[in-house]
Amino acid sequence: MQALTNRVIAVNRKPITFVESLYLWNILKGMMTTFSHIFKKKPTIYYPEVKRPFSPVFRGLHVLNRDEEGRERCTACGLCAVACPAEAITMEAAERVEGEEMLYREEKYAAKYEINMLRCIFCGLCEEACPKDAIYLSETFAPANFNRRGFIYGKPDLLIPNPLSQAADLALAKGN
Amino acid sequence: MTLLSIDTALVIEKLILIAVIIFASLGIALYTTFAERKVAAILQDRPGPNRAGPFGLLQPFADGLKLIAKEEIIPSGANKWLFILGPGLAMTAALMTCAVIPWGDKVELFGRTIALQVADINIGFLYIFGVVSLGVYGVMIGGWASNNKFSLLAALRGASQAISYELAMGLSMIALLMMTGTLQLGEIVKQQTGPGHHWNVIYQPLGFLIFLVCAFAECNRTPFDLPEAENELNFGYHQEYSSMKLGFYLFSEYINMFISSAVMATLFFGGYDLPFFNPANHTPNFAATIGIITLMAKVVMFIFFFMWVRWTVPRFRYDQLMNLGWKSMIPLALVNMLVTAVVILMRH
Repeated sequence: MQALTNRVIAVNRKPITFVESLYLWNILKGMMTTFSHIFKKKPTIYYPEVKRPFSPVFRGLHVLNRDEEGRERCTACGLCAVACPAEAITMEAAERVEGEEMLYREEKYAAKYEINMLRCIFCGLCEEACPKDAIYLSETFAPANFNRRGFIYGKPDLLIPNPLSQAADLALAKGN
Repeated sequence: MTLLSIDTALVIEKLILIAVIIFASLGIALYTTFAERKVAAILQDRPGPNRAGPFGLLQPFADGLKLIAKEEIIPSGANKWLFILGPGLAMTAALMTCAVIPWGDKVELFGRTIALQVADINIGFLYIFGVVSLGVYGVMIGGWASNNKFSLLAALRGASQAISYELAMGLSMIALLMMTGTLQLGEIVKQQTGPGHHWNVIYQPLGFLIFLVCAFAECNRTPFDLPEAENELNFGYHQEYSSMKLGFYLFSEYINMFISSAVMATLFFGGYDLPFFNPANHTPNFAATIGIITLMAKVVMFIFFFMWVRWTVPRFRYDQLMNLGWKSMIPLALVNMLVTAVVILMRH
């Protein structure tokens, strides 16, 4: 029969030799192999103490961005929700009223903005779809939770700290 | 009436010795479970348990606490009394063996000479064999009383395995017995100590090999761990057990390992004898301490060997196990016995 690939190895059907039938020699060889592993370097990363760095293109938990004056950039256009292949994003828009100019950048803003982290596949299409640079994927991931409700992240969870009034928190969140 | 006079001090002395040995065996078994996990980890390039205490040293206590805190379940179809008796019997049989092992020579305390052996009975070997055979009842009763087909199958396997390998073990012992001329363990160790005497393993290498393999089978250790073959019998004979009853079963396995290591060290590796160390040149207490340390070092080496084999060799298939036991081990032991007999006859 013609071989399908060049990696075919014929099954060895030779009856076992006398030395093999004694088991002992082969067991000894095996034990030498395991013994040599005592001196091998362990590849373990001691997780909570040592963390492996993420790659620069890592796509983690989302953040909702503010502009340099601390105003929310999101205008609740819904493009991220449309782009989302997992349908993890929902939002409700509201109109900015008089006196809220320092809170929201444009006349329309997201009154409610929720991402279900159990649905999210962290593809980053929301980030690409956003015309206002309002949503970004950060370099952390969603922590574990005891119930499903806890995985639905609302605006308080997603918004970054205000660069003017909460500068220290923002620096902490950025990791410096 | 002198016949009935009891030396109270002797009774107290023996009771203290029993308590010390039992607690030491339990403590060593406790840390053997830890060592097992550590050795497994190191052989597999992992760090192993390292969270509880420094280097994970409190891990066995955490494991024990967890087992005690678990719910105690007795299945409704189980035979309640036998179900409880099983682990107790396994544990008792495991602990009883340590009575005849000489842990060291004599120490002098409070003006008394105390032998570091609970009972130097003249049928030491036979006693060990008897008690080891009792250990099978723990497995059998536990498996039977669980009312679970997997447990029953595992128990059947365990019993047939133990019987098959006890035969070869007994035959290898007969060869040793012909050499030593005594069944008394204290006497066997004395024969191996001192200048001009050698450890029995030099005279009986094949006998030792057979004994070693059979000890693996008796302790239900890999490659002979068929009674607790996880991937074919779920968990084996202790499948229905929970909480500390399961703990007793798991624990008795480690105590068995410790005791059989001690027996092997005693029978074949000179017990508490340290080569090139003459106890007569030192005070008895110092010599006894060195002796205990020597025996423990030998035991630890055997225990490591047990683990090393466990994490190297895969489990035998049932028919391979039986073939090895009946068609290789027993004939080999018989040949060993014959050769020993011939050599002894020629030298006379």
